[in-house]
Amino acid sequence: MNARSGFIGQKVERREDARFLTGRGQYTDDIVLPGQTHAYFMRSPYAHARITALDTTAAARAPGVVGILTGEHFKAVGGLPCGWLINSLDGQPMKEPKHPVLAGFPGGKVRYVGDRVALVVAETLDQAKAAAELIQVDYEELPPVVDALTAPQAGAAVHEEAPDNRVYQWGIGDQAGTAAAIAGAAHVTTLSFRNNRLIPNAMEPRAANASYDVHADSYTLYVSNQNPHVERLLMCAFVLGIPEHKMRVVAPDVGGGFGSKIFLYGEETAIVFASKLLKRPIKWTCERSEAFLSDAHGRDHATTVSLGLDKDGKFVGLQVHTTANLGAYLSTFSSSVPTILYATLLAGQYATPKIWCAVDAMFTNTAPVDAYRGAGRPEATYVVERIVETAARELGIDPAELRRRNFIRSFPYATPVGLTYDTGDYEATMARALELADVAGFEARRAASAAKGRKRGLGYSAYIEACGIAPSSVAGALGARAGLFEAGEVRVHPTGKVTIFTGSHSHGQGHETTFAQVVADKLGIPMDDISIEHGDTGKVLFGMGTYGSRSLAVGGTAIVKAVDKVVAKGKKIAAHLLEAADTDIVFEGGEFKVAGTDKKLPFAQVALTAYVPHNFPHDKLEPGLNENAFYDPSNFTYPAGTYVCEVEVDPATGKVTIERMTACDDFGNVINPMIVEGQVHGGLAQGIGQALLEHGVYDGETGQLLTGSYMDYAMPRADDLPSFTVETAKGTPCTHNPLGVKGCGEAGAIGSPPAVINAICHALGVKDVPMPATPYTVWKAAQSAAR
Amino acid sequence: MQAFAYSNPASVADAARAAAVDGAKLIAGGQSLLASMKLGLAAPESLIDLGAIAELQGITVGGGVVKIGAMTTHAAVAASAEVRKAIPALADLAGHIGDRQVRNRGTLGGSLANNDPAACYPAAVLGLGATVHTNTRSIAADDFFKGLYETALAEGEVITAVSFPIPEKAGWQKFKQPASRFSIVGVFVSKGPQGVRVAVTGAGACVFRAKDLEARLAGNWSAAALAGATVSADGLNSDLHGSAEYRAALIPVLAGRAVG
Repeated sequence: MNARSGFIGQKVERREDARFLTGRGQYTDDIVLPGQTHAYFMRSPYAHARITALDTTAAARAPGVVGILTGEHFKAVGGLPCGWLINSLDGQPMKEPKHPVLAGFPGGKVRYVGDRVALVVAETLDQAKAAAELIQVDYEELPPVVDALTAPQAGAAVHEEAPDNRVYQWGIGDQAGTAAAIAGAAHVTTLSFRNNRLIPNAMEPRAANASYDVHADSYTLYVSNQNPHVERLLMCAFVLGIPEHKMRVVAPDVGGGFGSKIFLYGEETAIVFASKLLKRPIKWTCERSEAFLSDAHGRDHATTVSLGLDKDGKFVGLQVHTTANLGAYLSTFSSSVPTILYATLLAGQYATPKIWCAVDAMFTNTAPVDAYRGAGRPEATYVVERIVETAARELGIDPAELRRRNFIRSFPYATPVGLTYDTGDYEATMARALELADVAGFEARRAASAAKGRKRGLGYSAYIEACGIAPSSVAGALGARAGLFEAGEVRVHPTGKVTIFTGSHSHGQGHETTFAQVVADKLGIPMDDISIEHGDTGKVLFGMGTYGSRSLAVGGTAIVKAVDKVVAKGKKIAAHLLEAADTDIVFEGGEFKVAGTDKKLPFAQVALTAYVPHNFPHDKLEPGLNENAFYDPSNFTYPAGTYVCEVEVDPATGKVTIERMTACDDFGNVINPMIVEGQVHGGLAQGIGQALLEHGVYDGETGQLLTGSYMDYAMPRADDLPSFTVETAKGTPCTHNPLGVKGCGEAGAIGSPPAVINAICHALGVKDVPMPATPYTVWKAAQSAAR
Repeated sequence: MQAFAYSNPASVADAARAAAVDGAKLIAGGQSLLASMKLGLAAPESLIDLGAIAELQGITVGGGVVKIGAMTTHAAVAASAEVRKAIPALADLAGHIGDRQVRNRGTLGGSLANNDPAACYPAAVLGLGATVHTNTRSIAADDFFKGLYETALAEGEVITAVSFPIPEKAGWQKFKQPASRFSIVGVFVSKGPQGVRVAVTGAGACVFRAKDLEARLAGNWSAAALAGATVSADGLNSDLHGSAEYRAALIPVLAGRAVG
């Protein structure tokens, strides 16, 4: 916290909440354009089938129909691109079959239940739906590939280009060295488990509204999306061939994304294309049951991990094999999630000298799988923190003590899997977490539970994550097909009021507040004098968007750098007005001062001079006060912390109650502690949801989604959760961004699942309980433990 | 949802006449039917709304019986001081059906006529040995529930009220499916004028009585009497949320907890 600061470090109430909480948000579905039409996507009822015939004649004559598009319309355009190239160990590039905008054409295939077959555009949604029922499609059913682990032997190929359904075989680390370390270890602990498939379920479903302006020959797309510039770039350059300057993408208020709205989807691409063809604005709003089928899902790994330890409990090697289910097509960042965003985190907080991770990625006849809150890092944390805790229990060493023996204590630290941690103090967050969780009092609570016939357990998770994906050069070397910087612009108006344009996008994170706090602090002006604009390619110069907990560390830094330029120019203007040397001007508390004198000018007066440049150093400066900056970080940031979960299990029913959930995080410097705490709360709810409740399940025989509604897919609700104990540690500021900030958006979802499962295993005295640990699952584990 | 005709008759007789027409469907609180219609699983040509019929409303207690009008909402039953005094387990059950919105719209009669395999009310009706009154007759609980979504009601027959005999003791335990929050297993137990009863919902195709458990409790009304009791998994439901064996194992556990 900055002692001089007026705003940084303060629990400022979120400025955006008033409109959200009173129903005045402006979401994509709220936008109605003149001549609005409505889209409905006819989707595949089969997991895997060949289309032998497709006839839209009757449907096209149905009342209200404006147009029907099928895969035939998109044969000449590109497929939906994948933004990250992963090469297999043998040097071959990943298999990248075309991901069609619409899959419906004779001879084509549908590859998952919910695959887009055709688009019906009508005057009303009901008319579009009714017409879709008249589309005649003949399907020849094919055997579906459902489980990634058996995909190579499935006897069917999702894509001809990948006969064994393998996307890539990838690896990182020291294979031989790790094998030798484990072979020579005093103790080896091995576990095999799944990281369960999750379905994102943002509160606002995906939505889009596309229009084409004949006069300007340009498109406007409103879309519920986390990165409108990326959406535009991918759609224009890779799919539709629309000149980028002829398209504006607006992501207005967005009701949650969690990763699922990073990606370029076929739905918005199809309606943009159709808006020119049909010369009408077209709106599509995903229905909830449609979202279950068609949003990119998350996780879905099957992993075997072995940890070798020496006689003193020091880790000597970690060997991991993961099979990742990427679904039917490569979604935008799918290929990077189980590789670059996963295996690079397998060192965790520990100085494990040898690590090897091999990843087999598979196509299956299920919805595409891509980044979902945490994206790879929850999977990595689950691997590391489950195996460490299990090893501790096997060896009879206190799990906190085993971690302590292996913590990295010297920074910067280069891991064996490609990252360099700049700073951290893992001992401090763990010590504080144990204190907050009253671990000392656990045995007494355990005895009290036992007296009631309940089993109590304690589980830990000491996570690390990598936020603010960067730098671009490193990401590029690793296969990224995009830059990973961020852009910001500071527009100072003549009256000294300020509009900030940021390429970050807020879909719940509170940027309008946090970013304004930063700028108010830097410029010494009230927050009310600052507005934050985001989510519109027509306003914001460029942006890479919001994901990977990068907004403040990368987007915030870009803004700070632009503010610094404004201040630097302001100093020159002030020096001229105050008849002093540039170098004698200091800027503090919103005033330009001549050092060592009482001569000063307020920020607003300098701003006015910039726009009314009567007395102005025209020979040295241009008028105006408007600066932008692009910031490409030199490294990731590394938030870390310790979570402690305490559960009570009812062995007769399998019901797990989380009695205590404690989180102590090191996020570096904190701008708004209230928003950070809220982010951790939300992350914990999602992490506990993964651990106890959520599971996307496909039928192994038919490939039908069995958890296609809230009747079977369990979202975490308030009464599933305890009151959290959340504390942000004093922390170790990030060493390479000027704010010293790290990122907090995903930590809760990353750190909590292994803590919960570790606690359940401890309660039952079993080695493993699969996620989600539903009552039925836990009852089975309790039954087998009792035998 | 498809278009449909709508009427809201003022008497049971008018409602029964209207409901006898082909394609007509009675609607009470609509908490199951409307959802089915929205999903396209039901498409009645006309809806006969029972909401305007005053005689279907209300709760009376007397003669050892709590009589509840068919259109009384779950929320009204849960909040009724008379029900809470006479059969607290029944008020408890009503107060935990669905969510707040469902409880303010959903009705006793609607729940029974629908006979969802995991609904709460059938457990109370069977578990208390209640009598279901219709516009034409009175049906004992043991004769009312016939199978999956199937009851003794004839086409167009309208449930008017249910009489619950006031028991000496009763208890309700609902073990919720994590997503839908319907019962994976729900058990209603009672001891009273209708003998000892253990009614189980959620576990099978239709609510049923666990006679073995009843026999144990008849001799000794205590959780201890159920220690070691088992229930056969034959014919019980198996799904993502629990196997038949799991449901079978839950029944005596929950029955014991319902006894207290």
